[in-house]
Amino acid sequence: MRTAPVIQDLLASPRPLSWGRRSQDNLTIVLFLLPGAALFLVFVIYPILQSGYYSLFDWNGFGRAVDFVGLDNYARILTDQVFLKALSHSLVIVALSLTLQLPMALGLAILLGRDLPGRPFFRTVFFMPYVLSEVITAIMWLGLLNPDPDRGFLNALVVLIPGAEAQAWLGDPDKVLMSVFVVLTWKYFGFHMLLFMTGLQNIPVEFEEAARIDGANRRQLLSHVILPLLGSTIRTSAYISVLGSLQQFILVWIMTKGGPVNASEVMSTYMYRFGFVRFWLGYGSAVALVMFLICLTFSLVYQRLAPQREHLGGY
Amino acid sequence: MASRMAVRSRPWRPNLPAFFRVLTLSIVALIVFVPVAMTVIGGLKTRGEFMTHPYTLPIPPRWENYTRILGMPSFWIMLRNSLIVMLGATGGVVLVCSLAAFVFARLNFRGKPLAFNFFTLGLMFPINIAILPVYLVIRQMGLPNNLLGVIAVQIAFALSGNIMILRGFFMAIPAELQDAAYIDGCTALGFFGHVLLPLARPALSAVAALTMIVSWNDLLVPLVLIDKDSLWTLPLGTMQFQGQYGQDLALVAGFLTLTMIPAIGFYLFAERQIVSGLTAGALKG
Repeated sequence: MRTAPVIQDLLASPRPLSWGRRSQDNLTIVLFLLPGAALFLVFVIYPILQSGYYSLFDWNGFGRAVDFVGLDNYARILTDQVFLKALSHSLVIVALSLTLQLPMALGLAILLGRDLPGRPFFRTVFFMPYVLSEVITAIMWLGLLNPDPDRGFLNALVVLIPGAEAQAWLGDPDKVLMSVFVVLTWKYFGFHMLLFMTGLQNIPVEFEEAARIDGANRRQLLSHVILPLLGSTIRTSAYISVLGSLQQFILVWIMTKGGPVNASEVMSTYMYRFGFVRFWLGYGSAVALVMFLICLTFSLVYQRLAPQREHLGGY
Repeated sequence: MASRMAVRSRPWRPNLPAFFRVLTLSIVALIVFVPVAMTVIGGLKTRGEFMTHPYTLPIPPRWENYTRILGMPSFWIMLRNSLIVMLGATGGVVLVCSLAAFVFARLNFRGKPLAFNFFTLGLMFPINIAILPVYLVIRQMGLPNNLLGVIAVQIAFALSGNIMILRGFFMAIPAELQDAAYIDGCTALGFFGHVLLPLARPALSAVAALTMIVSWNDLLVPLVLIDKDSLWTLPLGTMQFQGQYGQDLALVAGFLTLTMIPAIGFYLFAERQIVSGLTAGALKG
């Protein structure tokens, strides 16, 4: 922004150079934005709009979409028990992430503090699962969660407890969602911990000094200084976590395919099943649009409610 | 002054002795390690050993799984495809995003806020949701079974986030430099190429490192766009390998270990860049 006066000064100067500069700048703007805009329009915006169109058809992907059904696909999605179940599972994962995963990440970030011995080591280890691919994560955990104690390490540990039995972690409809959540937490808590560590680091030491001089004990320091100043980081982390939970796909698909009996079906596995397995492309498009609208609504509400300007802890 | 220094050197700590903090963190670290360690150990056993002694250390280590996988031509083909896609996507993202971010950070034009908001729309529409719409467009363009299609889609869905990251970094470069360059007769293009890009190398490497990880790990886009096995990338191959050799758990573990090594090695090498890119994207964007 600060460059504007200078550019205007140059433009106002009597030298003939100014016109040339202006058109040069405009040319630069167009040429520089063009590749991004083209890719974005062709592979992001146009597909959405086109799917909005196809979602009004009963179309199996072969030939042209001619069987116009209006909003029937949407009506069907919103009354399909399996979709509603998938939606509720996605919301359960959102709720678990917000109430268990994020507090755990925050707790670990606080434990790591500013100067703990071994801090870089722990940070590196905790963040490592985030850089492993979802495929690798899913297959590794498939092994760990195997119902046979001679195959699955978790059950091998469980049967060591007197009276405890091996569990079908992914085969039992009552446990499967929780098991999936454990794997999601294993993979993603490090990312949120990292955000919290950065947020904590950005709190000026002076604030803590001032509170201490005023006689605050450590607990008061945490609840009255640290957490309020972390507000914007916590909100950002929650926002990312909600959007991420709503669109979880690969981990669930590889570990359970949404089963058993839809007990771990989430919105994106539902879309994949109808769009790519059954090839109901019109219906699948409608599911994609519904998911998009859910995420969009959440984003808009979040932006409405979040403070517009963060004065503290927002950097 | 002395007391102030004393306070300064004793930063805030939670209400737990350091020992218990380290103990808690070590337990969590152990839990993080277990799946990876089990996989690496499993890969060093024969199929029989894996069945009879699943939880013992692999003494002596068996390298048969690795020699067998490394002897499969398909492994090398997948590795090559993954590298092509990763390099293509990373080069594309760095180039396209730095051009756009430069315009948004440094030049003024009518409708700039609107144009910027347009690009940030992508954040609302992540690839996991858009995959079906994208598949339909790729099919119309005749780009299925083409690594170029995978690269283009990966770039397109990385635009929003990375333009925002780079814009933040570019805006932090002092305006005086741009004024000075303009007064010296530099064009916008000259300033971008000769001043801004060299100064923004840390930011560019953060974006590059992040994109490399995302592209290398991506399963969804190749899963949907590719079905010729000569074009499989490593994640896609990993999934198929598990399906094909699922009974030979030691071999699968070996395969996982081999595909994990590049990711973990790269992470240890570029941790600083990855972390700075991610936190900039999340907290400053």
